[in-house]
Amino acid sequence: MFTMAVAAMSELLADPGNPSSLHAAGRRARRAVEESREQVASALGARPTEVVFTAGGTEANNIALKGLAWAQRNADSKRTRLVISSVEHHAVLDPIQWLVDDDGFSVTWIKAQSDGMITPQALQEALGEDSSDVALVSVMLANNEVGTINDVAALTEVTRGHGISFHTDAVQTPMWLDVNFAELGVCAMSVSGHKFGGPNGVGALIMSRDCKAVPLIHGGGQERDLRSGTLDTPGIVGFATALTIAVSERAQIVTRVRALRDSLVAGVLEVAPDAHFNGSTTHRLANNSHFAFPGALGDSLLMLLDAQGVECSVGSACSAGVPQPSHVLLAMGADPDLARCTLRFSLGHTSTQADVEELLAALPLALERARRAGVPRAAVGVGA
Amino acid sequence: MKVLAALSGGVDSAVAAARAVDAGHDVTAVHLALSRNPQSHRTGARGCCTIEDSNDAFRAADMLGAPFYVWDMSAEFQEKVIADFIHEYSEGRTPNPCLRCNESIKFEAVLERAMNLGFDAVCTGHYAQVFDGPHGRELHRAVDPTKDQSYVLGVLTAEQISHSMFPLGNSTKVEVRAEAQDRGILVAQKPDSHDICFIPDGDTAGWLSRQIETVPGDVLDAQTGNKVGTHAGAQAFTVGQRRGLALGNPTGDGERRYVVDVDVKNNTVLVGPPMLLDINVIEAIKPRWSGPLPTQGQRIHVQVRAHGDALPGRVEQTESGIRVVLDDYLRGVAAGQAAVLYDGTRVIGSATISRSRRMETL
Repeated sequence: MFTMAVAAMSELLADPGNPSSLHAAGRRARRAVEESREQVASALGARPTEVVFTAGGTEANNIALKGLAWAQRNADSKRTRLVISSVEHHAVLDPIQWLVDDDGFSVTWIKAQSDGMITPQALQEALGEDSSDVALVSVMLANNEVGTINDVAALTEVTRGHGISFHTDAVQTPMWLDVNFAELGVCAMSVSGHKFGGPNGVGALIMSRDCKAVPLIHGGGQERDLRSGTLDTPGIVGFATALTIAVSERAQIVTRVRALRDSLVAGVLEVAPDAHFNGSTTHRLANNSHFAFPGALGDSLLMLLDAQGVECSVGSACSAGVPQPSHVLLAMGADPDLARCTLRFSLGHTSTQADVEELLAALPLALERARRAGVPRAAVGVGA
Repeated sequence: MKVLAALSGGVDSAVAAARAVDAGHDVTAVHLALSRNPQSHRTGARGCCTIEDSNDAFRAADMLGAPFYVWDMSAEFQEKVIADFIHEYSEGRTPNPCLRCNESIKFEAVLERAMNLGFDAVCTGHYAQVFDGPHGRELHRAVDPTKDQSYVLGVLTAEQISHSMFPLGNSTKVEVRAEAQDRGILVAQKPDSHDICFIPDGDTAGWLSRQIETVPGDVLDAQTGNKVGTHAGAQAFTVGQRRGLALGNPTGDGERRYVVDVDVKNNTVLVGPPMLLDINVIEAIKPRWSGPLPTQGQRIHVQVRAHGDALPGRVEQTESGIRVVLDDYLRGVAAGQAAVLYDGTRVIGSATISRSRRMETL
């Protein structure tokens, strides 16, 4: 977390106040929340009334996806089709799958290019000739695994005027991209504090005033009646402070981290000339690098690098921690065996050249051992 | 040593890993995911590898300061243990899946991967002991006879034993639970697991009936060849079994009848008086040796089930494996069971019983 965000948050922890209370302490808390709301709006090119504070990105996604889909169907019972990018985070995929499995919606997955990008043509193809049955489109602004950035403004052009709600999961972006809600043309956008030096468990849904959503969490009517519950004043202040810092220091951080990332990529390809660099070379988050190392299981590499103090990630893990080949890479057309041999190295605003060198020093032995251990056959079908 | 500790989420493997840490080893913990679709919660002592077990394993590893990972062994487990279990039953044999799991998962796939990744040994919570002997590392029974698991480790080769650590072998279960309590391991009172982990409801016959296509057939009297009843499918029966036969007419001598043979080819189950179950010659195939091979006619003890007695006899090597001639009769041995040979407390090796018979003059 940014030190200033920690300080701003800590100051309020002992006496957070309840922004819904009418007494003096309540008013103080309310002022802190509303000032934060204004900061967030200004940082993301939105109006303060469009900012709905949530307990993180997953909650923001759930409120948007379910709420928008329900509202569309309530207004027009024909609108029951969801058109969703095939490379979304589980925080989008799983609520969508729930709407399909348990709530009568259907889904059309939008095909991704081999670099992970969703193009307007692919969206158009998924919508089909007749999109009058489509309730909702959701395409992420940038991918959490391979860092590919989508041209969401171009995508919303495709759906404009068709009465379709458009949501984008922008959780990966505020630290690295100039995000302007109004210019994207979406009706809802999710962000999360832990991705830009803010606290875990605080996020926001930016939702246009003319988009209708059915609330998911009922109660005291806080946050436009869309997300009830006593507001987490310290968390919100920490979130807004971090976002403000991220925006003001972005240019400098991006320049530094991109150079660092590029040296990491060059270094890795030198150590492992047969490694594949996954994702886009041009439309990519400045901090992201993602590789496939043929013959070396990502899980083995992670364990070996972890033992040498290098922290990295494989695709995604289910709640039992059972590694699965990444659905993102599979959607990008990767070979399933190769998809299990991947590793993501993400840099943060605190990363240094020494960190990169540490990784490059640890990688050869890790690769050698991981390759010796090989790639066990992928599990197929249902086990016990 | 760099040690890979397999943590099931239970008390034994947690204490074993803790002892490895105390002994000064550099311990990394793994939890083996054996099912692709783990249930979220454990029900009683049955089943395994639930998400709850994985969390328990994580907490235990964390207390020990050991890095923790989940290894997905579900494909290997499906192929080498579950499919083998089904195949063996469908051939009319009675397999021991725990033994198969040790043989092909824990001390083969996991051990091999561990060695390749740079570990020196795999540590588990099995109750058995490893000592240095004149011919290398030897596998011995645990000091607690009620918990001794050397039988299910009888499939380990000398090479595998030399890279295995069983830190609980010199303790009783009571001591291990007390130690877990003292160490503050949260699962100290978790019930022991038992039964077959991939059949969580414990209904093996019901589970098998969903995996193997069975056809009703005849139950025959082994002595007369007369039909004495019908069965729903021969594969569900095990030699020595008495329950579930549902025979209508009682025998003339009023003696209870047992399954004495399962003939899958003809889909018949042969029943007879318990005397027919008494055998004294065991033929077994696919031997695996834990150390030096036994000499021809060497006096040994043999154990044919996990908690069975060790019976004295002599072993000979044959073309297809081994033959054990017992000093006394043994009742009810099914093909597919493992015969584990002991020299005192030392495991000599094991083999899979292919047939057994009765030799009248010893």
